[in-house]
Amino acid sequence: MTVAIVDYGSGNLHSAAKAFERASRSMEDPQKVIVTRDPDAVYRADRIVLPGVGAFADCRRGLDAVDGMLEAMTEAVRAKARPFFGICVGMQLMATRGKEHVTTDGFNWIEGDVEKISPREENLKIPHMGWNTLDLVREHPVLERLPLGPKGRHAYFVHSYHLNASNEADVLARAEYGGPVTAIVGKDTAIGTQFHPEKSQRFGLALISNFLKWKP
Amino acid sequence: MFKVRVIPCLDVKDGRVVKGVNFVDLRDAGDPVEAAVAYDAAGADELCFLDITATHENRGTMLDVVRRTAEACFMPLTVGGGVRTIEDIKTLLRFGADKVSINSAAVSKREFVKQAAEKFGEQCIVVAIDAKRVKRGGGSDRWEIFTHGGRNSTGIDAIEYAQEVVSLGAGEILLTSMDRDGTRQGFDLPLTQAIADSVPVPVIASGGVGNLDHLVDGIRQGHATAVLAASIFHFGEFTIRQAKEHMVRAGLPMRLDP
Repeated sequence: MTVAIVDYGSGNLHSAAKAFERASRSMEDPQKVIVTRDPDAVYRADRIVLPGVGAFADCRRGLDAVDGMLEAMTEAVRAKARPFFGICVGMQLMATRGKEHVTTDGFNWIEGDVEKISPREENLKIPHMGWNTLDLVREHPVLERLPLGPKGRHAYFVHSYHLNASNEADVLARAEYGGPVTAIVGKDTAIGTQFHPEKSQRFGLALISNFLKWKP
Repeated sequence: MFKVRVIPCLDVKDGRVVKGVNFVDLRDAGDPVEAAVAYDAAGADELCFLDITATHENRGTMLDVVRRTAEACFMPLTVGGGVRTIEDIKTLLRFGADKVSINSAAVSKREFVKQAAEKFGEQCIVVAIDAKRVKRGGGSDRWEIFTHGGRNSTGIDAIEYAQEVVSLGAGEILLTSMDRDGTRQGFDLPLTQAIADSVPVPVIASGGVGNLDHLVDGIRQGHATAVLAASIFHFGEFTIRQAKEHMVRAGLPMRLDP
């Protein structure tokens, strides 16, 4: 079993790779984690992880610059039903469109736009930077045994935009930051988190473990 | 619910923690990675490394520290000290830093903040501001930016500077009062509040923490979204947990995950 972390020049792949390696090592059946910019390797992988930091349009550009990568990912996820995990902007790219500075097309796997968050309370700062709890919207195998809700565990967020999903069924969890913020989306064999599981200590590693065990 | 962050900061020189960290039984109290792992286990919300290595040749040791920390700790890591070029930022991020903190390079060339934010995203660009109260005629004191550990005056107004760097793309401000740094008298609260209220991004209060009430004051009165401290944690005076429990008792929302 191979987990491919897609390398398209966006930020910190190192910590994502290390977190997946750590989670994998603690499993009965460890999976090999590779960081790759080879579309064939991504196509052949059993699971795909798309990290992403920075601006939506930059990430999209970076991904498009790797010849055949989007096609390989789409084929693997849509036709071969491979589990997919988008992180932060990697999750936002799953949307129909990004509206950060300019309007940019996403993959349209999750219907909806990526829009600026606008907390009601004036004293809440943007970016939404720090630890927040998650409110469950829909049960999902990757959320199994994770303590959510106001008294649950925390996830680490750093973002100013979020995926405003058109279909409530695609939202697995939200955070509250002067209004609802989409925290986890999931549809078919793809999931995505706005927060950084690779930076969310034990909670993040537990979520990654669930993803690695998930057999959709 | 969104929580207040408590951030321990480690000064690192030539790959070693300055003064050492003595709050747990570490095999090597001077190893920044061991200290980072201990703070990760203790529930710190983020970690900050400040590289005070003087020579360019020794900067590579910091990269090794960052790489090893990112392999062992799954928590946000900010690295500052000597960040002057886009290449510096790229390298730090590649080795595992999540955010970089820019100090004097932003003072001497504001455009650098803009370039960095455009290239890497505002979320990973922290601008560190060292400010000091300056007496002026007519009783109108103000805070000005100082560089080189508070030795060099720039004459730049701290509030205007903060607003400027944020407009250029700083995603967060790490604000240190040079008057309070090392005094254990608490944050400069009027300064913290003045900056926090004048920028839309998070402000980390730093400089002067001597007890746990100071942390509460930084949030309550200083309007900071996060607090940074060094010595009260490193020397085992208080644990991260004790700090957070104290802040909970004061009514602040804190993360107490096991």
